[in-house]
Amino acid sequence: MGIFWWAIFPYLMITVFVLGHIYRYQKDQWGWTARSSEFLEKKYLKWGSVLFHTGILLVFGGHVVGMLIPEAVTERLGISDKIFHTAAIITGSTAGFITLAGIVLLLVRRVSVKRVRKTSSFADMLIAVLLFLVVSMGLFNTFGFNLFVKSSFDYRATIAPWIRGVLVFAPDPGLMNNVPLFFRLHIIFAFAIFGVWPFTRLVHVWSVPLEYLGRRSYILYRSVGPVAKPVKEWERASGDVG
Amino acid sequence: MKIKAQMAMVINLDKCLGCHTCSITCKNTWTNRSGLEYAWFNNVETKPGVGYPREWERQEKYKGGWVLKSKGKLELRAGNRLSKLLNIFYNPDLADIDDYYEPWTYDYKALTQSPEKKHQPVARPHSLLTGDPLELKWGPNWEDDLAGAPETGKKDSNLRSLEEKVRLTFEEVFMFHLPRLCEHCLNPACVASCPSGAIYKRDEDGIVLVDQDACRGWRFCMSGCPYKKVYFNWQTRKAEKCTLCFPRLEAGLPTVCSETCSGRVRYVGVLLYDADRVQVAASPVSERELYKNQLQLFLDPYDPEVLAQARRDGLDEDWLAAAQRSPVYKLAVEFGLALPLHPEYRTLPMVWYIPPLSPMMQVVNSGQTEAESGEFFAAIERMRTPIEYLANLLTAGDTETVADVFKKMVLLRQYMRSKNLLGQDVPVEDNPWGLNGAALQEMYALLALAKYRDRFVIPNAHKEKAGDLYERQGMTGYDPA
Ligand code: SF4
Ligand code: SF4
Repeated sequence: MGIFWWAIFPYLMITVFVLGHIYRYQKDQWGWTARSSEFLEKKYLKWGSVLFHTGILLVFGGHVVGMLIPEAVTERLGISDKIFHTAAIITGSTAGFITLAGIVLLLVRRVSVKRVRKTSSFADMLIAVLLFLVVSMGLFNTFGFNLFVKSSFDYRATIAPWIRGVLVFAPDPGLMNNVPLFFRLHIIFAFAIFGVWPFTRLVHVWSVPLEYLGRRSYILYRSVGPVAKPVKEWERASGDVG
Repeated sequence: MKIKAQMAMVINLDKCLGCHTCSITCKNTWTNRSGLEYAWFNNVETKPGVGYPREWERQEKYKGGWVLKSKGKLELRAGNRLSKLLNIFYNPDLADIDDYYEPWTYDYKALTQSPEKKHQPVARPHSLLTGDPLELKWGPNWEDDLAGAPETGKKDSNLRSLEEKVRLTFEEVFMFHLPRLCEHCLNPACVASCPSGAIYKRDEDGIVLVDQDACRGWRFCMSGCPYKKVYFNWQTRKAEKCTLCFPRLEAGLPTVCSETCSGRVRYVGVLLYDADRVQVAASPVSERELYKNQLQLFLDPYDPEVLAQARRDGLDEDWLAAAQRSPVYKLAVEFGLALPLHPEYRTLPMVWYIPPLSPMMQVVNSGQTEAESGEFFAAIERMRTPIEYLANLLTAGDTETVADVFKKMVLLRQYMRSKNLLGQDVPVEDNPWGLNGAALQEMYALLALAKYRDRFVIPNAHKEKAGDLYERQGMTGYDPA
């Protein structure tokens, strides 16, 4: 089983993620949207959406630092293991709480506000639930685990090298042998999200319109056809076209 | 100078019946789909009133249109690009569906499939969003013919600064109808607000369209448009708007709303304008200058220099000919009868309105057959519809311009009256606008007779020059499928 979950499943999901995006981008520009429901309900969305999106961006940054930077590097920079962990727990928990508050609000809203529920697609529901699961387990792993379990589990010696292995196509499932259950579930559900990503509203992540900042003109014109050539000189000479 | 052509419209409020034919035919053509039941690309409001969506004119609330910054530069009222992106998770200025209305249908089966009962069966309304029974409290035209105006009318932002003067009591009330559609602005705030670059203005005819394939549903166009004429399709989660019926225009036919208008109050035609001067024209310090600035953007289609430049800029002969015959040019520029709706939004709107004169005539003593022009002109000040109100609507508060339009209309009536009833062709050359008998005759033909061929002068699109049409599928405002 270890081999499947830690050496096959991630690649399965990554493959679906990549091919799915290519396929959807080619075939379904029309369906490619943030699927906002703000128009139907604004009050809860305001807090839910802002908290969730801010939180998840912070969480993303945290994961990049925690997973991709090896311990050796931070140590050489003079950051001791203890400092790193304390900082990670504090910032990680804060970001995690923000995100969790957001996704809980959004999920509750999606289920309990009838207008939103009735106009939700299956994918909308699924992604809200998956995000809730992954975020809550993630927060438990950062915050609750340290508080309640008090074990000496070090993800930087296990999960982090494993994920770096996955990224360079040399996964070592053995690293995951003694990883606690909620860490494993967090990872498996996270990869599940990657698998469904291209078929949900999450595609809007790739459409963040940063190009807006660099747009030369506020007003955009488009021509129906190639710009017509100017008419001949003799035609231009006469003023009246009545 | 860069000359472009713009398809534009004039609506003669003096003759609008408020029959809603335009809205209905538009709806049946464009928005009778799930997700857009609430959307009326064309709607007819009764003024005074808060309109549709509720209080759309309150830009302090919805932050539509442009404002002039201290350095004389235009900026979107909602904020600059960075602030837009920072608000992308939640657009604080967005009108929600309750500001329009919750769409509903009736449960008609209750009528057709009811068993015999003691009482009549009733078709009850239920929401198209949730399916729940709905108690109707607001709708697309709740204020029709002043229904509820004593309640909602006071919130009409055009009544600002004249609260004391206007009393919405039964005896003193005034009203008129205001048909509204997308203005296909020269300086469209919707286009500027769209961070994805999905909304664009067509080079050839100035029609503003949403590229359905490029729209990502960020919703800034909806709040950015000060006229609230971009709608969110809650099924497809993309923005949709009036297309000025471009498939019809391209074939030389008027828009559906214009074609079916039972009052024959709509005019469609081409205007030539200088695209290089648009930004300058939209940026005067005083809002009252916007009307005149926009007028000056429009170019004389008989001026040989204009024609020569237009040809260099690739305009076709039939379009230039249409610009010369354009009823919009005549009404807006030549006769100066039509005015832009809320020019102070600085989008340079392209659906212009002839203000409603009619209620004034009731003020004039009906026993008089040969009213002196002085009396008529004086009566304008005593009109039932306060001139300040119309000025707030059409000229950023400049009452003189509105009064000027009315005086021309009165002059026309006097002239035609003496001609038809008294058989006298009274010379009118000494009027301040230099309108002679021939001009008044032409005005009469356009306004009163309003023949189809005069109301609509629409050149065909030059599709033979179009590039790959297949590639353009989906770019023009509706579902490519
Ligand atoms: S009126 Fe039409 S063109 Fe003008 S800003 Fe609104 S949607 Fe855009
Ligand atoms: S169809 Fe014509 S007359 Fe009737 S409401 Fe519309 S614009 Fe007015």
